[in-house]
Amino acid sequence: MKLGFSAKDEAFRAECAGWLQAQMAGPFADIRGIPNLCDAIPRRKEWEQQLAAHKWSCIGWPAQWGGRDATLAQQVIFAEEYARAGAPNRINHIGVELAGPTILAFGTEEQKARYLPGIAAGTHIWCQGFSEPNAGSDLANVKTKARIEGDEWVVNGQKVWTSLAHYSDMIFVIARSEEGSAGPKGLSFLLMDMDQPGIEVRPIGQMNGEAEFNETFLTDARCAADAMLGARGDGWKVAMALLAFERGVSTLGQQMQFRNELDQVIAAAKVSGKAGDPVIRQRIANAEIGLRLMRYGALRMLSNTDLSAIDGAALTYKIQWATWRRNLGELAMDVLGQEAELAAGDQYVWGALPNVYLFSRSDTIYGGTNQIQRNLIAERGLGLPREPRGQA
Amino acid sequence: MEFAFTEEQAMIAETARAFFAENATSERTRLAMAADGIDRDLWQSFCTELGLAGIGVPEEMGGVGLGMVEFALIAEAAGTQLAALPLLGNARAAHALVAGGTDAQRARWLPALVAGESIATSAWSNDAAAGEGTLSGTFRFAPHGGSADLLVLTAGEKCWLVQAGAPGVTVTAHVTMDQTRPLATITLDNAPAEPFADHTAAFHALHVTGWLCLAAEALGGAQAALDRTVAYSKERVQFGRQIGSFQAYKHRLADMMIEIEQARSAVYWAACAVDEGCDEAQLALHSAKAFCADTFHMCAGNMIQLHGGIGFTWEHDAHLFFKRARSISSMLGDSQWHREQIAGMVLGVAA
Repeated sequence: MKLGFSAKDEAFRAECAGWLQAQMAGPFADIRGIPNLCDAIPRRKEWEQQLAAHKWSCIGWPAQWGGRDATLAQQVIFAEEYARAGAPNRINHIGVELAGPTILAFGTEEQKARYLPGIAAGTHIWCQGFSEPNAGSDLANVKTKARIEGDEWVVNGQKVWTSLAHYSDMIFVIARSEEGSAGPKGLSFLLMDMDQPGIEVRPIGQMNGEAEFNETFLTDARCAADAMLGARGDGWKVAMALLAFERGVSTLGQQMQFRNELDQVIAAAKVSGKAGDPVIRQRIANAEIGLRLMRYGALRMLSNTDLSAIDGAALTYKIQWATWRRNLGELAMDVLGQEAELAAGDQYVWGALPNVYLFSRSDTIYGGTNQIQRNLIAERGLGLPREPRGQA
Repeated sequence: MEFAFTEEQAMIAETARAFFAENATSERTRLAMAADGIDRDLWQSFCTELGLAGIGVPEEMGGVGLGMVEFALIAEAAGTQLAALPLLGNARAAHALVAGGTDAQRARWLPALVAGESIATSAWSNDAAAGEGTLSGTFRFAPHGGSADLLVLTAGEKCWLVQAGAPGVTVTAHVTMDQTRPLATITLDNAPAEPFADHTAAFHALHVTGWLCLAAEALGGAQAALDRTVAYSKERVQFGRQIGSFQAYKHRLADMMIEIEQARSAVYWAACAVDEGCDEAQLALHSAKAFCADTFHMCAGNMIQLHGGIGFTWEHDAHLFFKRARSISSMLGDSQWHREQIAGMVLGVAA
């Protein structure tokens, strides 16, 4: 067990930190530190391509596909330095961290060659077509249908909560391909172009006034018959593997964003004088402890090479960070006081901390609600009986 | 960077786990509770057969070397079984001697502590007065103090060694809520006392080892409380179902696991940070003590509630976990105090 980094790792840190800081001070200074995922999209696409041009876009991937075969320690370092340099949230997070690893794991060589270069180059932004109006927590209740017509899949249905769909080039979809099937059986995992007449995207207004999520309507949307990962009818397996990648190294980058948010709360407490309030001091200490434990939990989970063992750190990670951030939002409002309930201008637009307060109400819902997480932890982690199921 | 146990560490953990599971049984612990809270046979075999009392003490001083990660593995395993041992007092004394004892003090006490021939305790006083080679004052809440022959006493940030049998030393053992680690009051009236060579180093080591020991014990205790409750929830049937199939019950167990996983990260982060001399070691120790104590208390309380009536009986072990959790919470700074130390680090000292 070792926390420190080797000299070789520190050299890697110097290399990536130097490059990232130069970029954020120079050609990409205009998008340094922008918090909102939907701002300045064209510039951020250029940023993705700049990362790619210098082989920083997908360092954990194999070199053959544009990565660097980076070790865990190097990926940790890159995530830390990326955030420290103030580089913006990756708009192709879903492509690099979810679609890419899933294609690497399940794709044929031909599929890898077709899809991976666009992700690595930052030219193809991806989004995720899993949830539906009646398939949220009960994800296996997917109703979107796919049928083969000639050498194409034809897909009909509705997806919802599609992050960044309006800026994406590609979407992966789970759809029911087998007539009469129900639940996790009979689904296929399809890779589709967004730019086609059969796909329509409508933004969903969120309670914080933004619209990062969308409804995605598929009406005779099409993709090639071989634009499918895994076997026909076996898409659930692929989808579950993809969700496991969600807990990968990218979580460390997310933690750096949380660090930044907590630092803002600490700074605000010093300014407002709340830093002297013993109750606030206890809550800030708890937030500090929680954030540190998140980091070491993630490192335990990422260092775990025994994938057959039940990994408690991985299983509890989602509810841990989501709850932490919701608490942070509440703490921020208590530190800032009533002033934080006033917008800066005449638009319904919020600064970073009030926005954490509002947005974090979604953190405990998307990607599996806290209640679903507790079921998973109890059933998979503790071996307790499964929830009874009603009639479909 | 590799935040996973080495093969050697995994082996130490497994050995310790098996040893305590086999030997630190409820029956034996209860016999010790009825006496002075120490299972002598268990302590003897822990020190001599396993040789684990010397962890964290360099080999040239008679120990087995290794570091705080290995020590935490042992304390965690002991905590899992609520073992009735003077591990806390002996480890604190040994590590304080290594850090700040004179050569003569080390030669006199380390072999005896490592071999289990001496039992040590530690306590502090806010009214102590030092004379020429003597110490006076009242030192409260000394764990296993009634059985100790070596007393490591602190006042301010100064540390002394006092022998329990020396003139002017009165030790009063108390009936204590946690009978696996009864507390004593030590009163000194011009008792002979030897100062440590390096007070600061000894004082620091006493706290590092104390906090880590309690945090790791709490982690083991919390995990055991969860494991035993999970097992019960699969056996017990009501309304024609295993009670572990009810969502209200499952979610409470899940909440225990969520806290325990964080507690595990806290203990091994702190142990590793101490071993590697990281800047954040102090923050890690305060985090670990506060978080693990709170987690254990929450889990032990849930253990009673989720067992229903049987959980409230003397016969069931749930109360032993609950009482150990309480004593860990109070000992060496409560959770509020540790969080305030962290607040001081990130916000500055309170006005």
